[in-house]
Amino acid sequence: MNARDSDRMRTTMKTTRYHFHHFARRAALAGLAAFSLFGASLAHADVDLARSSVVATTKQMNVPVDGKFKKFSAQLNFDPAKPTAGNANVSIDTASYDLGADDYNKQAQGKEWFDSAAFPNATFVSSAIAPAGGNQYKVTGKLTIKGKSQTVVVPVVIASQGATQTFDGSLPIKRTQFDVGTGEWKDTSVVADEVVIKFHLVSTKK
Amino acid sequence: MGVPTIRINARSLAHNRHDTMPTRPSDITRYNGAAIALHWLIAALIVCGFYIGWIMTDIPGFTPTKLKYFSWHKWIGVTVFALAVLRVLWRATHRAPALDDATPGWQKAAAHLVHGVLYLLMLAIPLSGYFYTSAAGIPVVYLGIVPLPTFIGPDQALKATLRTVHVLLNYTLLALVAMHVLAALKHQFVDRDGLLARMVPFLKTRA
Repeated sequence: MNARDSDRMRTTMKTTRYHFHHFARRAALAGLAAFSLFGASLAHADVDLARSSVVATTKQMNVPVDGKFKKFSAQLNFDPAKPTAGNANVSIDTASYDLGADDYNKQAQGKEWFDSAAFPNATFVSSAIAPAGGNQYKVTGKLTIKGKSQTVVVPVVIASQGATQTFDGSLPIKRTQFDVGTGEWKDTSVVADEVVIKFHLVSTKK
Repeated sequence: MGVPTIRINARSLAHNRHDTMPTRPSDITRYNGAAIALHWLIAALIVCGFYIGWIMTDIPGFTPTKLKYFSWHKWIGVTVFALAVLRVLWRATHRAPALDDATPGWQKAAAHLVHGVLYLLMLAIPLSGYFYTSAAGIPVVYLGIVPLPTFIGPDQALKATLRTVHVLLNYTLLALVAMHVLAALKHQFVDRDGLLARMVPFLKTRA
């Protein structure tokens, strides 16, 4: 390493340091903003778990089998006057999937299905809301399950009653696109590829 | 047996009086084609259903094979139930061939009792299984095509009870079928009285 090189390196480091400070300050500000936004959404439209449900229905040998997600959280911000300004952020605890029997639930949490240890949450983050006539809307967003993301368009019926809003809809997905059901379960003749996620979310503005 | 033995005793008279309508017992020597077909079809399905039920519950965890077996087991059960209903209807509208008058009373009583309970189990076992799967929250789609109605919703406590009931009824069935088969074999190979011809096609009756 010659003198010129080490000189250039010192300059680079200084620049990096400056950039880092700058970045840290901006990050802190952004974090604060995000926190207050998050706080705001918490205060305004957090989902009421007791009155909400998220059910994923699989077809096993053509038999519809319902499984309920017992734990999930969602921030839903929606103003019927400005529908396109709304947004939704849903996070589902994959280990809470309940098929009605402990051994089946354990299986669902296992590596071949949700792999809940590595991927504890499935998420949906909206990117756009488009009115689809009446109280129906099409919510575009990114659905992430088991680390695999797909852009989906969810048809949602939104009803407001006083401070309470309800969001209803169902979304058919292909489980193999998310690697849910690997190994011998890839055979979709036993458990069908299509899984319907049906949700009923109730949020109350405070 | 060329000439029917005529024994004059109260039991025999009572038996004959009971069996003389609409045809005399000696007129019917075997079950008709429909009854024979139902008997053997149901018997074969019960053996398959029982065997699949036995091995599927031994598969640990949750595998595609297990799911397939569960479905097949349920389809077999539904089929047995439907055929058993037909069979009970057949039995209610037809006369079974009478047992030989020489048969001891206790054997006649035992045969009738076992037959009666077998009819009951052919209906009760599929029903207990059907309610068991309903209580487990898994409906039955017959042959993967026809969704069948559910009469009860998911219920964990009921599910456990119905499982026990289903298993116990099946062990009862196993015991009774064993008695039924052993008795039939005894008639064929020990008594050599041609009784099996009532239910086995192409077998010669002794009468």
